[in-house]
Amino acid sequence: MTENAYNFAYLDEQTKRMIRRAILKGLAIPGYQVPFASREMPMPYGWGTGGVQVSAAVLTPEDRFKVIDQGADDTTNAVSIRSFFQRTAGVATTTHTQEATVIQTRHRIPEEPLNEGQILVYQVPIPEPLRFLEPRETETRKMHALEEYGLMHVKLYEDIARHGHIATAYAYPVKVEGRYVMDPSPIPKFDNPKMSGNAAIQLFGAGREQRIYALPPYTQVVSLDFEDHPFEASKADHPCGLCGADDSYLDEVIVDDAGGRMFVCSDTDFCDARQSAGFKGKDAA
Amino acid sequence: MTPLLSVQDLSKMYGGHIGCKDVSFDLYPGEVMGIVGESGSGKSTLLNCMAGHLVPDAGQVVFDTRAEGPQDTVTMSEPERRMLGRTDWAFVHQHARDGLRMGVSAGGNVGERLMAVGARHYGDIRATATDWLERVEIDAGRIDDRPTTFSGGMQQRLQIARNLVTGPRLVFMDEPTGGLDVSVQARLLDLLRGLVRDMGLSAVIVTHDLAVVRLLADRLMVMKSGHVVEQGLTDQVLDDPQHGYTQLLVSSVLQV
Repeated sequence: MTENAYNFAYLDEQTKRMIRRAILKGLAIPGYQVPFASREMPMPYGWGTGGVQVSAAVLTPEDRFKVIDQGADDTTNAVSIRSFFQRTAGVATTTHTQEATVIQTRHRIPEEPLNEGQILVYQVPIPEPLRFLEPRETETRKMHALEEYGLMHVKLYEDIARHGHIATAYAYPVKVEGRYVMDPSPIPKFDNPKMSGNAAIQLFGAGREQRIYALPPYTQVVSLDFEDHPFEASKADHPCGLCGADDSYLDEVIVDDAGGRMFVCSDTDFCDARQSAGFKGKDAA
Repeated sequence: MTPLLSVQDLSKMYGGHIGCKDVSFDLYPGEVMGIVGESGSGKSTLLNCMAGHLVPDAGQVVFDTRAEGPQDTVTMSEPERRMLGRTDWAFVHQHARDGLRMGVSAGGNVGERLMAVGARHYGDIRATATDWLERVEIDAGRIDDRPTTFSGGMQQRLQIARNLVTGPRLVFMDEPTGGLDVSVQARLLDLLRGLVRDMGLSAVIVTHDLAVVRLLADRLMVMKSGHVVEQGLTDQVLDDPQHGYTQLLVSSVLQV
């Protein structure tokens, strides 16, 4: 591959302008899904084509880029997207949350609080929170426009009726600044409170569905619930097996075929930092 | 007394075809109006124009709103009209499947309108839903079952419960007993008559079944080719039909 084979960050400048316009509109109307002309990317839909396009549009040569896949920096999706931008944009990369200026994420918000000046880019498979209750896109758009969100509670009602509690554990619907109901992408509901009042810019890109939406810094984000069944940011009730943290979101890992399992932080950077600071969990080698 | 619903010169054309033409009538609170006519006579077009599902080409549909008195619902803004659609109005479809969410439990179906107007207490919503299921003679134990597991008659009753739960003042019904067998029809009619009387509902019922209007409707409107050919008190129209088409209609009812 020659140096001039691609424009900086893969996309051509006209496409980036188009995406930036959508991002700006999204920031101006927090939670509103802005349509954009999603491009074919050199990866399949579902691998983060929306997030990659948003990242490409906001990256500058001075940025330091981090990619998270389910909290981890070293899984397939994270590695391939990170190397994609290393090759097409030549930007510096990092695994440390604090050092990164642009963080593209799939399914998690980092445990460490983000700061002003950072951009968090979410990969979104299905941007429409009302999709599975109302399949007509014309109708859901009208419902957003007219703020008719009773249907969203029908989903939560069904959860309680069937499971005795709100069993939706990820992609938990939120209301942004008292106006738009938004799908926060499939992050665990444990991460929902982190979205509210966050100092970083949060951008959401859905490539297949051709939608971009955004949360400007310090936006109020409220998880929907019932008065008698309040929202709960749940996680596995264990400390991390490697670093001992009891306040981070955990993955359950099967370690043998005799029912053995351990719980470890899903945010690998957070866990590594704690381990090097001397914290030790019960399963640490 | 102000009419609850006042329709004036309502017309709807489908290109060169007449949907309904120059229909006018007043409906007073507590009154049930029946609309009969053969297939294609414009009954459903008229009903859909009144309920805001179709945009009429001409005419007014003035509804006596709770807050602001009589308002023309054709020219009112869409949010206001949709708000009416889930509070003071109810629409019972011929096919229960059109009016229900088939993937949502019976309780969720009944609760949807409550949640749409701001109910956010699960216990209260469920209690109201249970109460309404019992009022339409559905076993409260079926509250978490999906409508797909219900019989046709039960689905229709569930649809009625779902519509009446917010205490509407005006109900539009499009062939509510169509497609049900006669014994189930009889029970449904009995139930509807009870609910209409108890709640003091006003209703507009479209049907081609004269027995339905005989039982439920106070007044009757006969339509043919988009025009109203005769209207008056139900018993009067059915016992002493004036217009040729009405005479034909009444005489073609099979006697058992």
